[in-house]
Parts: sequence; structure tokens; C-alpha cells
Amino acid sequence: MSTETPSKLIREDAAEQEHPIAPFLRMDRIPHIWCPTCGIGTVVKCYATALEHSGLDLDKVSVVSGIGCTGRVAGYMKLDGFHATHGRAIPFATGLKLGRPELNVTVFSGDGDLSGIGGNHLIHAARRNIDLLVVMVNNFIYGMTGGQNAPTTPETARSSTMPFGNFERPFNLPHLVASCGANYVARWTCLDIRRLTAAFEEALARKGFRFIEVIAPCSTLYSRLNKLGTGLDLIRFYHDNAEIRHDADTRDLEIDFQGRIVCGRFVDQDRPGFSAMMDAHYAKVLGERYRPLPPEGGWLGEQD
Amino acid sequence: MKADPAGVLTGTHYLDGDYACGEGAMAAGCRFVAGYPITPSTEVVERIARRFPLIGGTFIQMEDELASMAAVIGASWSGTKSMTVTSGPGFSLMMENIGLAAMMEIPCVVVNVQRGGPSTGLPTMVGQADVMQARWGSHGDYELISLSPQSPQEAFDLTIDAFDLAEAYRVPVMFMMDECVGHMTEKVTIPPAGAIDVVPRKLTQRPPGEYLPYRRNGGPAPEFARAGDGYRFHATGLTHDERGYPIMSAKCQAENVGHLVNKIRHNAERIVRFEEHDVDGADVVVVAYGITARVARMGIELARAEGVKVGLLRPIVIWPFPERRIRELAGQVRAFVVPEINLGQLVLEVERCAAGRATAVPVSHPGGGVHDPVAIRDAILGAVR
Repeated sequence: MSTETPSKLIREDAAEQEHPIAPFLRMDRIPHIWCPTCGIGTVVKCYATALEHSGLDLDKVSVVSGIGCTGRVAGYMKLDGFHATHGRAIPFATGLKLGRPELNVTVFSGDGDLSGIGGNHLIHAARRNIDLLVVMVNNFIYGMTGGQNAPTTPETARSSTMPFGNFERPFNLPHLVASCGANYVARWTCLDIRRLTAAFEEALARKGFRFIEVIAPCSTLYSRLNKLGTGLDLIRFYHDNAEIRHDADTRDLEIDFQGRIVCGRFVDQDRPGFSAMMDAHYAKVLGERYRPLPPEGGWLGEQD
Repeated sequence: MKADPAGVLTGTHYLDGDYACGEGAMAAGCRFVAGYPITPSTEVVERIARRFPLIGGTFIQMEDELASMAAVIGASWSGTKSMTVTSGPGFSLMMENIGLAAMMEIPCVVVNVQRGGPSTGLPTMVGQADVMQARWGSHGDYELISLSPQSPQEAFDLTIDAFDLAEAYRVPVMFMMDECVGHMTEKVTIPPAGAIDVVPRKLTQRPPGEYLPYRRNGGPAPEFARAGDGYRFHATGLTHDERGYPIMSAKCQAENVGHLVNKIRHNAERIVRFEEHDVDGADVVVVAYGITARVARMGIELARAEGVKVGLLRPIVIWPFPERRIRELAGQVRAFVVPEINLGQLVLEVERCAAGRATAVPVSHPGGGVHDPVAIRDAILGAVR
């Protein structure tokens, strides 16, 4: 009989161990504001791990968030991080990227921020194939403000502003973004830690518009309003109801209330992004007269 | 330092105010512009869209004005001098992000070629009814700087000044043109680059470990670090401390917002700019800005012909307002006459500063045209009789 109790399995110095992604976080801002069993932290962990694997110069990586629970990501990552206005993370990031093309810019925000108030920017950024990675954490609800209906809330699911159940049709976001011309489109759940990390790595290495939707539990609001149990129950639900179908027809990616969640990489193409299109076009039509913005940004006048 | 020759179209030109404003921006070192088409401002970005690929700038036509203003803030964080251009309805849409720029202390220029409002109003015709919006349009307390050019030449010159002020105080500067100045074509002289002084984007010299993005250093604005230089800083629209971290407290609010307001209020005397004509010994001073200042000159001449001693004070910087000067003059003149193409906006400020010691007479015009100089003359005559 083993004398080792489960507690012995935990390293005694665990409390002194640094979390593997601590170097990517502003540890002076921890504890964070996210609820227990919220999925956002997991997404951050996967993103940070992908950054570590990517070999990117982290000084050249910026994160831009909008407003909401996921909107806080930019404030917790130890990168150049910008917490913009509600819905405007994508255009903010567009300016940042175009102003200094050598930056690798990720937009990290929620479903309400990116597809509700910011929906117009989402489709135009995808249409332009602007060189941004957009990570959308989808918890089917407005979390920060207390559980209101979102453009992603499944039909019949309850929210505080649809107390009798939602009767609006939600967005099928991978389909929307793919039809606008995004270079890379994927969806994973918070349970798919390795696959999500791999998707981040893949997307970080691509150009153009890249969109990753991450289905994440909100036990405090979405689950409570819909009597779906704890965060762990939601993760179990993903385990039992998510399926992987790479290259699935994006029309089939709608999410019904407590229905199947189709995950995978749906689009992965290598069309030139906005910046490459602009450079190639001007170089072609203007020839030597074309003078692009230098990669390090606009004229600072440092010569004087 | 001197302007980058690439952006300076040296020579004597026949330009409208919109084009001259675009040339001013390029001379000032602006290399990122985001905009959305709107009459009567579109010629500014059309000019820039044509010239930017030749001078190392990036123009993008965004999906709306919300996006344009957000993109300008993002681009400015990259260290690139940035601008957007719009008119009334678009100006309204930009307000939320103008507040973000104020809160993040981001230098940028917002050009508003004013037309008649409210709402869609008179898209192709002149107005000056956004001057209060330029000051108060976004929610919360903040102070910005606004300029008002009276000619295409000034549209060029003052656009450079707008960028300089934005850099010096780390604020969005509202460049309040009006449709008349925007669409009027006159001689514009653009000097050689070596004769144009510009304020560059000054980057902090502190190494990353010793830098805090909002540390107050005695100057009007904190030191600037741009994204991508290893500072790994955070900036937010939330009330924040000197680290840029959100702090939800009344104490931090007082420090943060107090600074935003005081960096302008305490430097108002340095920023304020106006020109005066024949103010000494005047019984009446006309206070007018933009196109109306030029129309007012005719009204003043007509009044002088009737024997009235009347001068002109033209605010060039309208916010902060030339408060001290108006207060001084209130002790020596009988009245201020304030023609403006709105139903009484800057006149309220004149009245406040005069504090009852001289009357402030509005000469209102709802927009769609400039004043009849006779109406200005009559107001002057009425003020002394």
C-alpha cells in the first residue's frame, strides 16, 4: 500500500514556483478580475505559450483589447498593451499596425465587443485582410455588465435582457469572417488547450486577417441564468459535445443552445494581407516614386 | 527642429483651405491619416491620399468615423504623427475616441470643416456651430486645444501649429475650419522645409526599467514611449495611475483627471493666441474667428464710417479662450460684439469673461452663409447708442 497521499503529489515548493507564463504577465496586477472557472485565463495561458514557442521578438508584439471581461487581457499581458474603447479594438489596432508595420498586433476581446458594438469593424478588417490576429473569446453573453443578451447568445438561452429566452438568431462568426475574406479562421473551446495553443502559433506566423473564436465558460452568468451547472460542468459539456471538423463548410458552424460545437481550422490561406497589397500596388503603379512608410514607423525627425 | 523636406511642397500655390490644411499636415510630419468621406472636408484627405504614397505616409479610408478616430490613436501610439478629418456628423461620431485620446494623452489632430447643423443640416454650406462641441463634446472632464483658421494660408500655417501643440501637451487638437475657409481658394505660400520649425515626437530617453508611462515630470505632459521599443507599457481609457494601471478610486480620479485639465489650464497663457486690430481706445471690440473674422472687418469699416471707435479681436486659438484679455478689455470698452455662424456659442464665453463690466452682443447666424456685414455694423452701432 502506497504511503503517498495525494497531497504529496503536489510539490512542496509549489507556492514558490513561478507560473510558467508569469514572464508574460503583469504579476503586479494579479489577482485578476476574472471569476473562478472563467475561461479567459485559459485562453491567455494558451496565447502566452504560443508566443513563447513562436520565437517572436516580444518587444514587437502588441495586444489591443476593447471593453468587457476579455477586454482586460491587454492590461494583464506584459507586452505593449492597449485598452481601447468599446468595440474599437480592431480599428485602434489597425492604426497601430499601419503606423509601425514591423509590429505583430493581436486583438484580444470578447464576443459582444467584437461582434456587437464592433461588428462593422470586424467585417471590414476581414475584408481588407488587414494584418491582425483577432482572438474572440465567446462566452455567449455580456459578462462585465451582468449577463445581457449578446449577438452570440444561442436561441432560447436566457440572458438578463432576454429573461424568457433569446429569440434572435445569433451570428455564425467563423462563417461571417470567412465570407468577408479572412486568411485564417478557427474555432476551439477552452478545453482544447493544446490545439488552441497550436492554432495561436499557426496564426501568429501568418499574415493578413486571422480570426480565432474560443468558446469559453461563463459560470457566473451564462451558466447560472441557464442552469447549466458549474464551470467544470461546462467544460465537461465541451468534452462531450464539441467535435473537430477541419475545413468544415462554415455554413454548418452555427451553435444551438447546448448543441454540438464544431471546432477546427476552417480557413487557412495565404492571400497577401493589406500591407503587402498596398505595397505591391503602389510599387506597381508608382514605380520608384513610391515611398513606403518605413517598417519602424513614421518620420520622427530623430536626425536632428 | 526643421520639417522633413519630403512633406513640404515649397512654393507659391493657389489652393483651397482643405488642400492647404492637408499640405500643412504633411509639412508638420504627419504620416498617418484615417478618414471617412464627408462634405465639406473630403478634399483634405483626397489631397493626402494622392501625396502620401510619394512621401512615406499611410492613408486609410476607414469604415466610419468611429474607426477613423480609433485608428488615429493607435497610429499615434506607434510614434507616427496622425490626423483625421471630418465635418459635423462625423465629429459627433468621433467624440468617444477623442475622449480616449484625451485620457491616454495621445497627440493627434482632428480637423473639422464645419458645416450647418444639427444632424445632416447643410452639408455643403458653412457653419460655426461646433465650437462648443470641440470643447465639451466627449463625456467627462478634460481640456483640449482648438484652433480656427481664417484663410487657406492659415489653414496651412496653423495645421503645423496644431501638430506642434498636440505634441507639446499630448492632447488631441481640434482644427476648427469652416466650409468657407475650406472651399475658398487663395494664394498659399509654403516656405522651404528649412524655414519650417516643427515639434518632433519626443521619445523618452529612460530605459524600459525606469520608465512609467504617466509619471509626471514637472512638464505639461508625461514622457512618451511608443509601442515596439521594449517598454511593454499599458495604456487604458480607465482612470489610471502613473504606471498606466487602472485604479478605481476617487483619489486616482482626482489626480488623473486633474492633470488632464490642469496641463491646459495652467498653461493657457502660453497656448492662447489672438490678434488685435485698433483695440486701443475702442468703445466696441468685435470678437470673431474663422471666416466670420474676415466678414466682420467689413462691418467694422461700415461702423467706423458712422464714427464709432471699434476694434477687432480675433481668437486664433479658441480653446483655451483668451480669457485674461477679454477681462482686461471689459474694463475699457462698452461692449463686445460677437458675430458667429451659430446661434450664440463663443459669445457665452465672452459674456462670462466680461462679467457684466461690458455687454456682450451676439450677432447670430444659423448657417448656410456668412453674415451680411450690415448686420454686424448695426450690432456695433446698437451697442454704443
